[in-house]
Amino acid sequence: MNTNVNFAGIKMKNPVTVSAGTFGYGREYSNLFDLNKLGGIITEGTSLKPKSGNKPPRICEIPSGVLSNVGLQNPGIEYFIENEYPFLRKFDTAIIVNVCGSSINDFIEVCKILDKIDIDGIELNLACTDNENDGKLFGRSYESVRDITSKVRKVISKPLIIKLTPNVADITLSAKGAKDGGADGISLINTILGMKIDIEKRKPILGANMGGLSGPAIRPIAVRMVYQVAKEVDIPILGMGGITNAEDAIEFMLAGANAIAIGSSNFANPYTSIETISGIEKYMEKHNIENITEIVGKVTM
Amino acid sequence: MPEVVKAKLLKKEYLKDDIVKFSVEAIGIVKTAKPGNFIEIKVSETTYPFLRRPISIYNIKKDEGILEFIVQIKGEGTKLLCEKKNGDIIDIIGPLGFGTFKYEKYQNIAIIGGGIGVFPLYELAKEAKEAGKNINIYLGFRNKDYVVLEKEFKNVSNKLVVTTDDGSYGENGFAIKFLEEDLKSKKVDCIYACGPLPMLRAIKKLSIKENIPCQVSLEQRMGCGIGACLGCSVKKANSSKENPQYFQVCKGGPVFFAKDVEF
Repeated sequence: MNTNVNFAGIKMKNPVTVSAGTFGYGREYSNLFDLNKLGGIITEGTSLKPKSGNKPPRICEIPSGVLSNVGLQNPGIEYFIENEYPFLRKFDTAIIVNVCGSSINDFIEVCKILDKIDIDGIELNLACTDNENDGKLFGRSYESVRDITSKVRKVISKPLIIKLTPNVADITLSAKGAKDGGADGISLINTILGMKIDIEKRKPILGANMGGLSGPAIRPIAVRMVYQVAKEVDIPILGMGGITNAEDAIEFMLAGANAIAIGSSNFANPYTSIETISGIEKYMEKHNIENITEIVGKVTM
Repeated sequence: MPEVVKAKLLKKEYLKDDIVKFSVEAIGIVKTAKPGNFIEIKVSETTYPFLRRPISIYNIKKDEGILEFIVQIKGEGTKLLCEKKNGDIIDIIGPLGFGTFKYEKYQNIAIIGGGIGVFPLYELAKEAKEAGKNINIYLGFRNKDYVVLEKEFKNVSNKLVVTTDDGSYGENGFAIKFLEEDLKSKKVDCIYACGPLPMLRAIKKLSIKENIPCQVSLEQRMGCGIGACLGCSVKKANSSKENPQYFQVCKGGPVFFAKDVEF
């Protein structure tokens, strides 16, 4: 039985990773289980300068999910290189650094630094707002995705993954923008914009008013987007959005994901990722699957 | 370090219609738990409610390996939790929080709690009492129907004042009034507080006025409880409005020196 996958040029021992913003830089979870078991770790979104994040509250519960807006709190790339990278690199798992920024130049500067160190890939968070374009999302259109992807592509040689925002009319256009810009893979999906109101105070619950919806509540939307993109665009996909176990992970892979990421389920059950890995092995055994890659995109209509 | 424990529910006791005390077997947690620590409890087997519920620790029975916590039934999550029966297994992560109550270097301490905020103060009082500290406790409740744990706190204090906002039980008025009165004649080396935000703000103000260190246990909407999601934050004192800096309540706290945080 072979669970190895090659996602966007990144070799992983299994298709299970953990998504940016739900796993910090791995330290907290390393106290709870052996991180070497993971296919990969995608770090906290990391920016050129430290970011202190949004005022509280930053998170609240919604039916079968989470609404949150942390505001990209992170210690900055310099701190990461000095303190978090040496810790993370000790583990035998693919390390993918998620990058955020508020201008294309921010992304370029961070990626140049990351391209020189021993990590396995770089993921760009295009749900960030572009301060040079009235705060519109970098991932808002085919052109904007292609533009930032191609500019970052020029300065790095490591595998480049574009994390697309689902808050667009046609996700396949965004995926085409990533492909045409020279990305090696895409992450689908980031959180869906949402809002919750405290009816007694008549105010939004979140300090930032609106936030991103994640968790099982958004899973069907994520599966649909993975399916649509896999059908239309020839680019490796890291599927995510409400995965809580192996069954959910396999659903994403059947829809067309080459690998998957566990997100907010890490909060509810910190062992979700390793339980998903063993669950995938059981599924392979039960269905006589030799290579996990066999099931990718194998949903039939 | 926190661990995930499948804790057996040994005893469930209703202190009020909506306030339930749990005694669970959790040897792994009680071994290292300190006063002020909290736990994250998985309340549902399904994805609703999705997130764990952060609950403060009430009593750590180290010798027996028993952990006690008290829950007020407020929403769907706490309702489900309180439906658990003796013998059921509860999925708990703990102990959580690196900011715990520090009492070692203070001899005369004042503990003040409001409403359900009194729960995390019991373990502090118990340990400080065992360490031979002089302890004054002030507990405020809305009215006589809300008064809980009077006997328990009496046993771990040198003096206990119970107040109700409407005077229907104990002393009449907010608990802070009686602390403030005592500060005129009594030496207090540190104040410890947990309760509603307006109460905590008033206590912080008083502690600054009297120049007495003050430790507060804070609450915030939480995600993971272990410091990974960065969901629960509280503003660091002395950080500017333009460039505010934050502590994570779950990791830096939940107990902070009041002077270090703005709430």
